[in-house]
Amino acid sequence: MSSIAIARGRGFEAKVKADGCAELLRLLREHIRLPVAEVHYHDLNPTDTDDRITSRLRRSQRALQAAVESDEPTGTLFDHPILQLTVNGVQVRIEPDLIAFKLGNQFFVVEIKSFAILDGAADSGKVAAAAQQSAVYVLAMREMLQTAGLDPDMVSDHVVLVCPKDFSNQPVAELLDVRKQLATLKRQLNRMESVESILRLLPPDLTFDLRLDDAGQPTRDPQELATAIFQVTARYSPECLGACELGGVCRSEARGTVAVLGRVVREDLGGVDSIKEAVELATGLREPDAGQRQAAELLRRAYDMREAALGAAR
Amino acid sequence: MSALTSLAKALAVYSMAPQRLTVFRHLYISSTPIVIVPLTLAGETNAPLAAMVGSDRARPNLIVTRQPRERAERLNFAGRLASELLFPIETAAQRTQATSSGPNARVRVVDAPQIWVPNPAGVEFVRTLGRMTRLRQTEGPWAVPKKVRELGIWLTWFAEQAEFADTGALIAATRAVAAVWATGQSDLEDGNLAAQIAWLDPPEGMDVASAVSRAEDPQLCPPAGPATDPTFDRLFLEPALRDLATARTPAAHRAVHQRLTAMLEEQMRPTWELVWTAIGLLADVPEAPRVPKRWEQQRDRFTSFHRYVADGGRPQAKRDNAGRSAHRLAELEQRKAAFEAQRAYDDPLVIADHRLTGEAFSGQVVKVDATRRVPGLRRSVLRPLVLVATGDHIHFDVGQHVYDPARNGQQAVIESVAETEDGWRVALELQNRMGSGQTAKPGSVPALGEDVTYTSVTETFVRRRPWPAREETPWTHGGPAPDSAPAVEDAAEDWS
Repeated sequence: MSSIAIARGRGFEAKVKADGCAELLRLLREHIRLPVAEVHYHDLNPTDTDDRITSRLRRSQRALQAAVESDEPTGTLFDHPILQLTVNGVQVRIEPDLIAFKLGNQFFVVEIKSFAILDGAADSGKVAAAAQQSAVYVLAMREMLQTAGLDPDMVSDHVVLVCPKDFSNQPVAELLDVRKQLATLKRQLNRMESVESILRLLPPDLTFDLRLDDAGQPTRDPQELATAIFQVTARYSPECLGACELGGVCRSEARGTVAVLGRVVREDLGGVDSIKEAVELATGLREPDAGQRQAAELLRRAYDMREAALGAAR
Repeated sequence: MSALTSLAKALAVYSMAPQRLTVFRHLYISSTPIVIVPLTLAGETNAPLAAMVGSDRARPNLIVTRQPRERAERLNFAGRLASELLFPIETAAQRTQATSSGPNARVRVVDAPQIWVPNPAGVEFVRTLGRMTRLRQTEGPWAVPKKVRELGIWLTWFAEQAEFADTGALIAATRAVAAVWATGQSDLEDGNLAAQIAWLDPPEGMDVASAVSRAEDPQLCPPAGPATDPTFDRLFLEPALRDLATARTPAAHRAVHQRLTAMLEEQMRPTWELVWTAIGLLADVPEAPRVPKRWEQQRDRFTSFHRYVADGGRPQAKRDNAGRSAHRLAELEQRKAAFEAQRAYDDPLVIADHRLTGEAFSGQVVKVDATRRVPGLRRSVLRPLVLVATGDHIHFDVGQHVYDPARNGQQAVIESVAETEDGWRVALELQNRMGSGQTAKPGSVPALGEDVTYTSVTETFVRRRPWPAREETPWTHGGPAPDSAPAVEDAAEDWS
């Protein structure tokens, strides 16, 4: 991501959070129409560089639970809490860049993003990503309340999305329904293969450890690390390139397979995995095996039509 | 995508060479295209940084903002872009001809402007910049020059035109290239103009594989924008912008600005060249027969929109009302269907695609009764019967209408379908396009032994009921829409 974009995003967030979230409160009142009279502001940001994540987690849990148990009518803002989510039996700490807002007996997740809402509409891909991200936080907060023996439904399934309005730096807030994302997320977490069962499929001595020295510099031989990575088969699709820094590595490993051309092509070619094989089936250089007969017939017909059309034009 | 396209991609990987997807080019290419390569500042909603624009490959005009974070400078940038774009638009609008010699003849421009941007994100840039500038006022406290507002109206029009399948007004180079050639990479990678052109036109003495990996290195081939390369941002742009903001004297400011201009030109120049290469490659592909007719319609649209603007037409609203949305949706669908049909009629590779999906079949005429007549309402009418033997799978039903692309969409009704040992036999009754005489005019009925193709795809336009007037918009669509006069606040809209 561009450093200029990051700086702008930080600036926007600082603006929304300035003076104990004064601007955010205005948005909650005017855009979301929450009857907020006055609020407490609870800063859960790290106090110094030595502030450990576990102590921050404990602090966050205490603060959020205390808020539930008090029946004060005023709202409370929790800036930058640490949350915890159980993924596959492993407790994962998440440090979301968010604000949790409690009003009455409802918690709202507030997500500040720096993409613009232009004339009431925003980039659908970015909104979807924000909704998915917020769903994780909602789930984590619910889990925390549940563990403490409190009602998890206190966390609203609608999150507050704060974005710049049109071409300006002025914030605007919208409520985002994340029920669908929550359902998907729960299903994915339930169906997830446990880490142990995956590990059993891999060589016991396989490791991606960088062997950091005391100064934090990796000491592992890059060649050896690359060999280790290639022991795990790539499950590449072109979307990987935009989402993962190893995308290029997996692409080169997947070279020659239909996967590099994308999912749609794979379906069109009738599930034949190798490009060479697909082309040879199409040109008749290879006899299809029993499972390939139907795909091969389509490929042959497509190839013949292609040749005929191009031949006539030549 | 279709099986044929996917096969072409596989063939491209196999042979490490691009494969044709169509025999013809279905896009009109102007003899004087206007190319725009825009760059914006990361993280902001359309903060223009620079643009390379013009119709002369050797001499691009370079517009670089003096301070991308200042509102006045952004409007100034829009003004400079307006000077570049409104001139060719006006020039084109001045050269007109009559559509026919009759008394009802209308006027049509001889040629309409055609704008090229590197990729779909470039189209988005045009749309957003149009939105940013069209609602400004030309008088009052936030007055902008008239040309800025006019630029906004025109950019919005071009961006709207780009949504139509058959557009020739505003073209994203990557899409135009992908319509003609399959490369051996995914659609996602084809979105990078440099990587796409690496397949079609690798540098002298370089093979495709090396050309593609070179194209993916942002140091050697900067991104086609409008977003800049993050590394470039961090190492060059950010320091330059900082120096620009802190320059105290005009001389110091000028020096920094010169540095900024040079580095941005370096980022845009390769993309500029690539867009021109793409235009050149496409121009070398033979044009499909129905392209001139479509371009004529595009010239009509340009002519009438120019008249609207010249008569002081209002800028387009922020959001379409229900009536306009319905109109646009209908037009989008109708033009898409017509374009699909015209491509199929013109192009053997496109019709092959339809054959694979069962929407068309090709075969040989094995029997023909060219003089057959059947009783009509008042007298008997000519209805020749043609029997076609084909190896294609037939998914058509008896009674279904099909059309003959080679005879300008002559209609036929399927009389019977029978499966034989080596394929299918289809009997067809011809319906029209045979002249008004007692016997069919020569060539209008396929001859024995002739290779024929029939398809259910048709370009005939289904006439719909007329749209209600605006004041009669039904309640289902929110009732009559209020007037979309630009509000005064819009002129004051922040741009920072």
